[in-house]
Amino acid sequence: MAVTDSLSRAATVLATVLLLSFGSVAASHIEDQAEQFFRSGHTNNWAVLVCTSRFWFNYRHVANTLSVYRSVKRLGIPDSHIVLMLADDMACNPRNPKPATVFSHKNMELNVYGDDVEVDYRSYEVTVENFLRVLTGRIPPSTPRSKRLLSDDRSNILIYMTGHGGNGFLKFQDSEEITNIELADAFEQMWQKRRYNELLFIIDTCQGASMYERFYSPNIMALASSQVGEDSLSHQPDPAIGVHLMDRYTFYVLEFLEEINPASQTNMNDLVCPKSLCVSTPGHRTDLFQRDPKNVLITDFFGSVRKVEITTETIKLQQDSEIMESSYKEDQMDEKLMEPLKYAEQLPVAQIIHQKPKLKDWHPPGGFILGLWALIIMVFFKTYGIKHMKFIF
Amino acid sequence: MGLLSDPVRRRALARLVLRLNAPLCVLSYVAGIAWFLALVFPPLTQRTYMSENAMGSTMVEEQFAGGDRARAFARDFAAHRKKSGALPVAWLERTMRSVGLEVYTQSFSRKLPFPDETHERYMVSGTNVYGILRAPRAASTESLVLTVPCGSDSTNSQAVGLLLALAAHFRGQIYWAKDIVFLVTEHDLLGTEAWLEAYHDVNVTGMQSSPLQGRAGAIQAAVALELSSDVVTSLDVAVEGLNGQLPNLDLLNLFQTFCQKGGLLCTLQGKLQPEDWTSLDGPLQGLQTLLLMVLRQASGRPHGSHGLFLRYRVEALTLRGINSFRQYKYDLVAVGKALEGMFRKLNHLLERLHQSFFLYLLPGLSRFVSIGLYMPAVGFLLLVLGLKALELWMQLHEAGMGLEEPGGAPGPSVPLPPSQAMGLALYVLPVLGQHVATQHFPVAEAEAVVLTLLAIYAAGLALPHNTHRPLSYRVVSTQAPDRGWMALKLVALIYLALQLGCIALTNFSLGFLLATTMVPTAALAKPHGPRTLYAALLVLTSPAATLLGSLFLWRELQEAPLSLAEGWQLFLAALAQGVLEHHTYGALLFPLLSLGLYPCWLLFWNVLFWK
Repeated sequence: MAVTDSLSRAATVLATVLLLSFGSVAASHIEDQAEQFFRSGHTNNWAVLVCTSRFWFNYRHVANTLSVYRSVKRLGIPDSHIVLMLADDMACNPRNPKPATVFSHKNMELNVYGDDVEVDYRSYEVTVENFLRVLTGRIPPSTPRSKRLLSDDRSNILIYMTGHGGNGFLKFQDSEEITNIELADAFEQMWQKRRYNELLFIIDTCQGASMYERFYSPNIMALASSQVGEDSLSHQPDPAIGVHLMDRYTFYVLEFLEEINPASQTNMNDLVCPKSLCVSTPGHRTDLFQRDPKNVLITDFFGSVRKVEITTETIKLQQDSEIMESSYKEDQMDEKLMEPLKYAEQLPVAQIIHQKPKLKDWHPPGGFILGLWALIIMVFFKTYGIKHMKFIF
Repeated sequence: MGLLSDPVRRRALARLVLRLNAPLCVLSYVAGIAWFLALVFPPLTQRTYMSENAMGSTMVEEQFAGGDRARAFARDFAAHRKKSGALPVAWLERTMRSVGLEVYTQSFSRKLPFPDETHERYMVSGTNVYGILRAPRAASTESLVLTVPCGSDSTNSQAVGLLLALAAHFRGQIYWAKDIVFLVTEHDLLGTEAWLEAYHDVNVTGMQSSPLQGRAGAIQAAVALELSSDVVTSLDVAVEGLNGQLPNLDLLNLFQTFCQKGGLLCTLQGKLQPEDWTSLDGPLQGLQTLLLMVLRQASGRPHGSHGLFLRYRVEALTLRGINSFRQYKYDLVAVGKALEGMFRKLNHLLERLHQSFFLYLLPGLSRFVSIGLYMPAVGFLLLVLGLKALELWMQLHEAGMGLEEPGGAPGPSVPLPPSQAMGLALYVLPVLGQHVATQHFPVAEAEAVVLTLLAIYAAGLALPHNTHRPLSYRVVSTQAPDRGWMALKLVALIYLALQLGCIALTNFSLGFLLATTMVPTAALAKPHGPRTLYAALLVLTSPAATLLGSLFLWRELQEAPLSLAEGWQLFLAALAQGVLEHHTYGALLFPLLSLGLYPCWLLFWNVLFWK
């Protein structure tokens, strides 16, 4: 009896030890998973999709925007979290031989208009003022909910803009334009009002890279379809409809996104359009972004993925600050940083993006300058006589 | 001191101008002609390109396949027309309604100023029939027009057939954003003018037309079609309109893109397009085409229905199907597809055509010369007149006297009123006096008008004899015997320069043509020197002789030269047509020549025969 008892006790102890060890291994595994769970730091997704040009021959801009809308909706972002701004109604244009459709592929393979599209800002409502009000949240109280961007500090926002643009501006509706400085300031307002966690800005216009040159707020990643001085090209005309259907960059982005499903682990580094297909050189800007683009999933911005993991163990969550501290230590930034950064405090952005020139320390004037001034004074006194000296000294 | 206010310098300048005047004039004239001839060479001539973004770079697929239907309609139309003798209005109405259009008719009538010999009509009355295809999903604010003018014979029945077949095809499409008006007019251009006047609610030419019942909005563009057979070897496009107006170059570019797309053979002025512009052959052929366009634009006639649309700033073209002896022929389907493509592209327009040039010259279908590059040619020619006038002014000042003197030389302004009166008589009398003429002479009214014109023109040549007779009794001042004619010539030169300048601004071809012929002899005219030679030269460069010469040149360029007798007949016919068109459409060549240039030319005649 005593032997069995001791044996059973030993077995129990062994079992417990094994379980504990396994548990700890499993728990550490779960904790790793939990760390990955909070890797991105966002809890909800929004999308602001803007098409800024009107008229029938700008069919392709509406098709661009609608194809991104379609992908974003398919990957899970609901209409209540999408602000869709279309400057003209191509589907019901009298020149459309297939009314109530907007095609993105020729031979009418893909109708991106669908039958459940919800356009929030239509036609003449797409103005620079409305766009900026949507972004910054300064909206009159009578605006319906579907026209508001109700994001918070844990929102990842995708902003997609297309239309006709130039070096430093984007044309809205043939009558006004938004400059890159205004856009950068709008994003800064959003940061200060805690309206986003991370922002992905995509622009498909001619000279699109000029639009993200002036950004200075943190956590923004920007993609553009062409560099300054280049034109973005349209993809294919449809002879039955008589217009160009899509722009090249968005066409290949759409083809890429069609392969993505909500569970895919593709990251932002895969979203690349080679020059052979796009002809123009797409650009990107990631210096303001905290994470490495290869750790950023496509679905972090394009989809709204509910992360659900079922576990039976309890997990001890580590504090946020440790994660952030480790990433800071990797970058060898400010070693004095001990406390976690609060939201409203600015990152040392100036060090990140080097936009403002550093104030140099004052040095005494060098030998060359001293010699030059001595020469000037000597010449002066030689010309005008030494008698002026007594007025100086 | 300033250059002109310093008397020493001014005298030096005056001496320079006086000494070098003749060489400068010759140089300027030669430069003007040379500039014009150089217009056909690149870089003065440029390739055409589509300027309107909305009609952009994409091609639309044409689906017209109604060739058989078009031929059937044409056969029916020709049969009905032969039966009724006039436009078969009821049949047209029925057919258009069956095709699905909203059909309306309009009746018009006009009493011509004198019976027209070529078409044998005096009191013209007819009916226009037009059908409107409403845009299915757009408001009827803008429209396009496809028009077929039907004369008194059935030469345009194939075009009517094609129009009806196209209407049936267009009715089945839903992508029209503008209304399309299919217009069949009677009596060619008279019917078109009546319809346009009623559509725009104006009355410019005294036509009596019933008001239009159905309207379709502002017309953005129009295409007139003339087909004489059901197979064509080439399509000829006419752009020159009334008073030398031209449609926007984008419309021609549109036509040319569809020619290239459909592989159609398209000609301008009946001439093929030269392929090679780098060697000499291409530009030489281009020069022929350019000269033909200059002659046609200078005549100021509407060369097709489109010419009348241009007055209302509706861009329009006329397409003529030519059936020659070439092997390769295109059927109605090819022509229909080109028209369908053009209309579909015009449907994309959001504004009127305004991006491309309104004033241009065409050495070829795919080459053009813009106004900024061709204007210096006429500038150089008018500079000759300016230099000559300057020389005369300085000479008059050197003579030192003012123009007013008691009991002085015969006033230089004496021949002005009689010349102007002759011009007025030339303008008014032929039409007014035709009945009197037919009572006294055994001629038809049209002949009477033309002969009266020629008679008054020749009578003007006797003017110096009449105006100078009362003056010979005056005491002629011996101090400056030349002063009189120099002052007259100065006034005449300035008058001519003003007129030619104004004409060249609106109708460059007319201004240039008249300047080429009138400027040298006007500069040379003086009472001293070989008088008979100068007189002959002046008569040869008078406006009427210029008209005769340009007719010969025109036929020569079209490779169908005229003999003298034929040329004279054509000249008489052209005179009659000119007067008729002035009264029926408001063409301005006849009043310009009779009221403006002929009196001016008479002044030079007076200078030549100054006593």
